[in-house]
Amino acid sequence: MSQRIVIDPVTRIEGHAKITIELDDTGQVTDARFHVTEFRGFEKFCEGRPLFEMPGITARICGICPVSHLLASAKTGDAIMAVTIPPAAQKLRRLMNLGQMVQSHALSFFHLSSPDLLLGFDSDPAKRNVFGLIEANPDLARKGIRLRQFGQEIISLLGGKRIHPSWSVPGGVRGPLTIEARDQIKANLPEAFETVGIAFDILKGYIRDHAGDLQIFGNFPTLFLGLANSGSTWEHYDGFLRIVDSTGNIIADELDPNDYKSFLGEAVEDWSYLKFPYYKPFGYPEGIYRVGPLARVNLCRTMGTPRADAELEEFRLATHGAHNSSFLYHYARLIEILASLERIEEMVSDPELQSSRLRAQAGINCLEAVGVSEAPRGTLFHHYKVDENGLIEKMNLIIATGQNNLAMNRTVAQIASHYISGKQITEGMLNRVEAGIRAYDPCLSCSTHAAGKMPLQIQLVDADGTILDEVIRG
Amino acid sequence: MAVKTLTIDGTLVTAQAESTVFDAAHEAGIFIPSLCRLEGVTTTGSCRLCLVEIEGSNRLMPSCILKVDEGMQVRTDTPRLREYRKMIVELLFAERNHTCAVCVANHNCELQDLAKSVGIDHVRYEYTFPKAEVDITHERFGVDHNRCVLCTRCVRVCDEVEGAHTWDISGRGTNSRVITDMNQPWGDAQSCTSCGKCVQACPTGALFKQGSTVAEMQKDRTQLEFIVTAREKKQWIG
Repeated sequence: MSQRIVIDPVTRIEGHAKITIELDDTGQVTDARFHVTEFRGFEKFCEGRPLFEMPGITARICGICPVSHLLASAKTGDAIMAVTIPPAAQKLRRLMNLGQMVQSHALSFFHLSSPDLLLGFDSDPAKRNVFGLIEANPDLARKGIRLRQFGQEIISLLGGKRIHPSWSVPGGVRGPLTIEARDQIKANLPEAFETVGIAFDILKGYIRDHAGDLQIFGNFPTLFLGLANSGSTWEHYDGFLRIVDSTGNIIADELDPNDYKSFLGEAVEDWSYLKFPYYKPFGYPEGIYRVGPLARVNLCRTMGTPRADAELEEFRLATHGAHNSSFLYHYARLIEILASLERIEEMVSDPELQSSRLRAQAGINCLEAVGVSEAPRGTLFHHYKVDENGLIEKMNLIIATGQNNLAMNRTVAQIASHYISGKQITEGMLNRVEAGIRAYDPCLSCSTHAAGKMPLQIQLVDADGTILDEVIRG
Repeated sequence: MAVKTLTIDGTLVTAQAESTVFDAAHEAGIFIPSLCRLEGVTTTGSCRLCLVEIEGSNRLMPSCILKVDEGMQVRTDTPRLREYRKMIVELLFAERNHTCAVCVANHNCELQDLAKSVGIDHVRYEYTFPKAEVDITHERFGVDHNRCVLCTRCVRVCDEVEGAHTWDISGRGTNSRVITDMNQPWGDAQSCTSCGKCVQACPTGALFKQGSTVAEMQKDRTQLEFIVTAREKKQWIG
């Protein structure tokens, strides 16, 4: 008798989703799907609103990475105003994005994923969360929380608040980095560096002991997409788009984000609210590509800072081209935290960050534009069409997590096939399936279920829809 | 100069004979909430937030247009008044689409301040979610009908202070809208002098400067009183 296992909701991710696993008569996995069960509607209700409100409204899409939307939206606004923003404003936007990389990656690693790595995939689910981590290793948990706080503070010092600052606006930014704020960031940098070093030790230790996980957690060839620059150093704010293949060869380079529709398609499936973007020249679903930390690290030559480059070199020792295991998103994330900290250290002393020339003024000089930035989870596209007065006529947002949708589904299927057999299903096996999703750090909405409070419901359903067994956790 | 003595919330208050109860209360340091009232233009008594109880009468009276009287006993803060005021503000929220978090006037909004002062933590009435337009055809300013509370401050300030009478009201009841000239886009309204007094007068984010982003629209309403005082009394007092 065939069976279906439903994991609903998926825990320790940002947002609401469920996973279904289909089993055949012999209990072998035939299919597995990652369903995004929430619907937001931002693209629709922004229609008719003024362009200048867009950064503030679209930032509300997410409470974890509002800065990404703030930046992509403001950049779209810059293009519609047809202005080059003041140099200081660009530097400040970069600084805020680096702060966000640190806080979001720290959240992903310490709050959401480290319980699996440190306490074990099969450990008690009631304690396999950040509170369990606090109990088991309070000093480490505190350091992780403090690292996230460091990134959040940069956002807050620039934008006035940690979440949803409406600071980056079409034309520039609303305020500089004050001297006091600069000194506060400088003072907290050493501790942040120390914590990321500890995180590297934890992850490298885990990989040494569990090398097999790399083969199972989403290990398959795909394309990788992200922002790049002419120097091929790690890019997170501007530049052009680059696509590399699974061996690291450049497939397409210097792609203009404004032309994204010519090379990116969006497929829709009736079982998920999340679209399935793909690389058009390769078709659907063969045009599967991944974005985010792993993609960014795979498609740059150097990180551009010494300590991060040393880590990148070590990361690449194992492979000659691109890394294909999604488990290594965790690794790439740590390299990006380190690179962000080094760049913050470099740029924070720049006196231009105290400039008062921060905002270009202009009206509506262009009726359509695309703005792109690198969110912690990957490349984010905002595409607006406005009327001649600046009211939004049409909006299309391509979110990083959406672009990883195909890869997340394939990851779920790969892990499920490896670990699950209908004869004996344990909670720890299902947790590994969830962890496959967590590696991508998907951001499905503006809510965080980091506390492990959400129950995990697993149903075994036969082909007729009869529930054969049910396990409820939480 | 004739004066009247009255009691407001148990306090004996002396006020000039032509003074309103609202002004007399404020002179005496007694706060009465209001929304449509604006210093420098005529009062209309339309928002009903400044209603007070008068001893000997069951009718609630708008204090902004009620003249003081000898021996009058006024109560400005009773359970009945508090309930009605709360109800009025909740109905204002339910009637249009007010989203403070992403509004240009967030933290600088009289409606938001009122909601706080009357203790609103949720709205008990069903939101009507009307389809309301945003008009940003004017070169410098914009009007978002989603945020308009129909206080008519813009209508009065444009007519009485600037003298242009660009603003007016069309429609009836919940279909009422502030309009410019003959219900044309603001950018086409020839009578508009682009002085911006209406924007300063507006209590919410309904009228705003073009290019404003979230919480950026600060308004200076004392400027209007300054202009009126300067013109009528030839006194330039800041």
